[in-house]
Amino acid sequence: MTRFLVRRLALAALVVVGVVILTFVVARVVPGDPASTWAGPRARPEQVEAARRDLGLDRPLPVQIAKYVGGVATGDWGLSLRTRRPVLEDIAQRAPASIELVTAAMLLALAVGIPLGLVAARWRGRSPDVLSRLVSVVGVSMPSFWLAIVLQLVFFQWLNLLPVAGSYDPDLDYTSPLRSVTNMPILDALLTGNWTVFTSALTHVILPAVVIAAYPAGVITRMVRASVLDTIGEDHIRMVRALGFPERSVFTRFALRHAWSPVVALLALVFAYALVNTFLVEAIFNRPGLGSYAASAIGALDTPAIVGVTLFVALVYVLGNLVVDVVQAMIDPRIRVA
Amino acid sequence: MAVAPAPAETVALEGGSLPPGRLAGVRRVARRNPLLAVGASMCLVIVVLAVLAPVIAPFPDDAGSATHALETLESPSAAHPFGTDQVGRDVLSRVLYGARISPLIALLVLVIACAVGLPLGIAAGYFGGWVDDVIMRVTDVFLAFPALLLALAFAAVMRPSITNTVIAIAVTWWPWYARIVRGQAASVAARPYIESARAMGIPHRRILLRHVLPNSITPVIVQVSLDVGGVILTASALSFLGLGAQDPTPDWGLMVSQGQAFFTTHWWLVTFPGAAILFTAVAFNLLGDGLRDVLDPRRVLTR
Amino acid sequence: MNGEPTPAPRPGATSAEPKLAVRDLRIAFGARRVVDIERVDVGAGEIVGLAGESGSGKSMTALAVLCLASTLGASVDGSIRLAGEELVGAPESRMRSIRGGRIAMIFQSPVSALDPLLRVGDLFERALRLHGASRREAPERTAAALREVLLSPDLLSRHPHELSGGQAQRVAIAMALALRSELLVADEPTSALDVTVQAEILDLLRRLREDAGMSVLFISHDLAVMAELCDRIAVMERGRVVEVGPTARVLARPGHDYTRRLVAAVPKIGAGTAPR
Repeated sequence: MTRFLVRRLALAALVVVGVVILTFVVARVVPGDPASTWAGPRARPEQVEAARRDLGLDRPLPVQIAKYVGGVATGDWGLSLRTRRPVLEDIAQRAPASIELVTAAMLLALAVGIPLGLVAARWRGRSPDVLSRLVSVVGVSMPSFWLAIVLQLVFFQWLNLLPVAGSYDPDLDYTSPLRSVTNMPILDALLTGNWTVFTSALTHVILPAVVIAAYPAGVITRMVRASVLDTIGEDHIRMVRALGFPERSVFTRFALRHAWSPVVALLALVFAYALVNTFLVEAIFNRPGLGSYAASAIGALDTPAIVGVTLFVALVYVLGNLVVDVVQAMIDPRIRVA
Repeated sequence: MAVAPAPAETVALEGGSLPPGRLAGVRRVARRNPLLAVGASMCLVIVVLAVLAPVIAPFPDDAGSATHALETLESPSAAHPFGTDQVGRDVLSRVLYGARISPLIALLVLVIACAVGLPLGIAAGYFGGWVDDVIMRVTDVFLAFPALLLALAFAAVMRPSITNTVIAIAVTWWPWYARIVRGQAASVAARPYIESARAMGIPHRRILLRHVLPNSITPVIVQVSLDVGGVILTASALSFLGLGAQDPTPDWGLMVSQGQAFFTTHWWLVTFPGAAILFTAVAFNLLGDGLRDVLDPRRVLTR
Repeated sequence: MNGEPTPAPRPGATSAEPKLAVRDLRIAFGARRVVDIERVDVGAGEIVGLAGESGSGKSMTALAVLCLASTLGASVDGSIRLAGEELVGAPESRMRSIRGGRIAMIFQSPVSALDPLLRVGDLFERALRLHGASRREAPERTAAALREVLLSPDLLSRHPHELSGGQAQRVAIAMALALRSELLVADEPTSALDVTVQAEILDLLRRLREDAGMSVLFISHDLAVMAELCDRIAVMERGRVVEVGPTARVLARPGHDYTRRLVAAVPKIGAGTAPR
């Protein structure tokens, strides 16, 4: 088992290094001169040159890459050209809010996807199945930016039920300021007992979470349906039926448990996808987070920040894959030999 | 970006090519797979509308650079069923012409992705060894980036245009095809008749073209049909961000982005182009799902 | 060929009414009829074998006894009576308490018949609670049942893949005991087991018949096994019962051509042409 773990870790590390290099190369091709951006719009040529030296941009490319890779490993992800703070610090500050949003979306996706997939499997071929598969396809096909705007239109503009943007009501910053603990608004409000901000944050997270949850919900529904259908044909289900369990229990208490493993694997993959989706969603709903940070970075051609965010998301993805591999190997010993 | 296939829908590694006589059972298939039939019809509708757009669009010039300053932002009416946009163009006509753009982008992207990914994947699976390792590590690195992110990075680098959108997305899409076809190619290459062919001295190229490629193609077909929807969504996201088609091209994503500023008071600017994206993506996803159900080799083998 | 003289009641049998009475059973998939049985009885405390090759319809008959044939899409007509109570057409709620509680079934692949994600003990508990055992009763009945089948109670904490085929089959039989089933439907229960293990299972079934008075419907293609175990044998060919009667008589003096062929096909040790 340890040998398997070591091998997978080594491979993952290799991939990460590759990711860093690729990101770096891509970013270097981005138009705009980081040195002049850093020095500022009214810098004199000598100042720009000095900035170039400071940023290490005068070195050959492989040296820059090597320096960057080394830096990444030790926690130095460079300085943001826009905020002039360490990129890692920026990310650490902005990421939690996005993670909270994505987590909320994932929970929603599970709450919708699992029952829907179960219903589809139970009444296979009949209208509940067709309907649920249709819903799942719509979820997977939904343009997130469009859904966001339409939801704002319907629930804010027309029905005035939900807020249009923000993490919570900005007036509360004056009347009931939120103390930051984890940089996750809902969690912080809960931890500090700030109930007004808590409820406000909850109502503000509904629409963005729904938008992000659409794709995962569709995929989870499909996966649960397929997995349960796979399981239902097996011998042990026949045994369970022969023991007298009602059909409903056969599905929910026995067959569904076999779907957990693939669903968990799916979650890890979809998490990174959802994280990228925050890019669009946070922009449209005007929420601070990793997505809006990346948007500003791209707008300002803030190369270190762009590289940092891309790297972070890729790391989350690689880590997620690794966790999934390990968990599946723990469950099924045959995988370790592969 | 396609997510890993679900268990009952996983194409078995021993998958073969299309069995003969399939076309004869098309109607039977359609009746047993209502969603496939629906998807196929929807796709047909889109293709027909796209092809006939110049004929059926009430104001074909509006899909180009025409502007009508006196008719801006009119709500849906008999003359303009989808209303007019901020420079007075008929939204219906623009949406119809937009149907020519999205599927075309998807087609181009997937052709390129296959052109790059298939040879690499087949080579990796067939030759194995260090060739396999190198190619697979490279694809691993690309696959570590969610598609939209990498496409965004590339698109931000290049000047915004449809061509560059195609290139940006294709760059992020090919690794998945290399992956898929490599597994198939590896299992085909391990079959005894391939080994004996090699022993007989038949050149690699002949083996690859005549045997490995045809037997590895089924999962690729399935994946392509599933990916069309995904590419369309990614492309429209890019043009929504301004990194794709530019005005006056009637690209749906671009139209949503342009209409966003007015959406609170003029809902039709955003709703119809976005609905078109949804409709198209659903159509191709249903088609892809249905094809996968039909082409699942396990189902073929048990017949 | 379908009828037979009613046998004298076995010692221990308390009533003349058979435990299981199958009459005019017709099972079909759409227009295709797969089972057409005029009459088969299983008396109380009797072990009756249902013999036949693959495709003879014996497995479908087994499923029909538990009213599970519909889960495969088959339609069932006719009469199956359990101690006088009609099962065909019975409401599902009634069938659910009969399945497991009065009729138990064991399968050909014992290990795969147990849910791989559950510990053996968990399955016992769920099944017992389902059939009305209290939280206190369940472990006691489970332990007693395991003792009957000569299994150690620490098997309860294991998962199915940690059991051997023989152990898993004993677990299945133990569950039938714990649930106090009167009739055991055994669908090829020993076909996937080693010969020595097979003998142990047959022994177990015999003991259960003696001690617990359990009736068994033993389905198999293996005449040699059935010769050892069954009191009476019914031979099925293409969905119909072609011959039924006491095992010894049917195998020694087969009345039907098909039975004759089946018996002749069974390899006998010492009867072959291999050099001694």
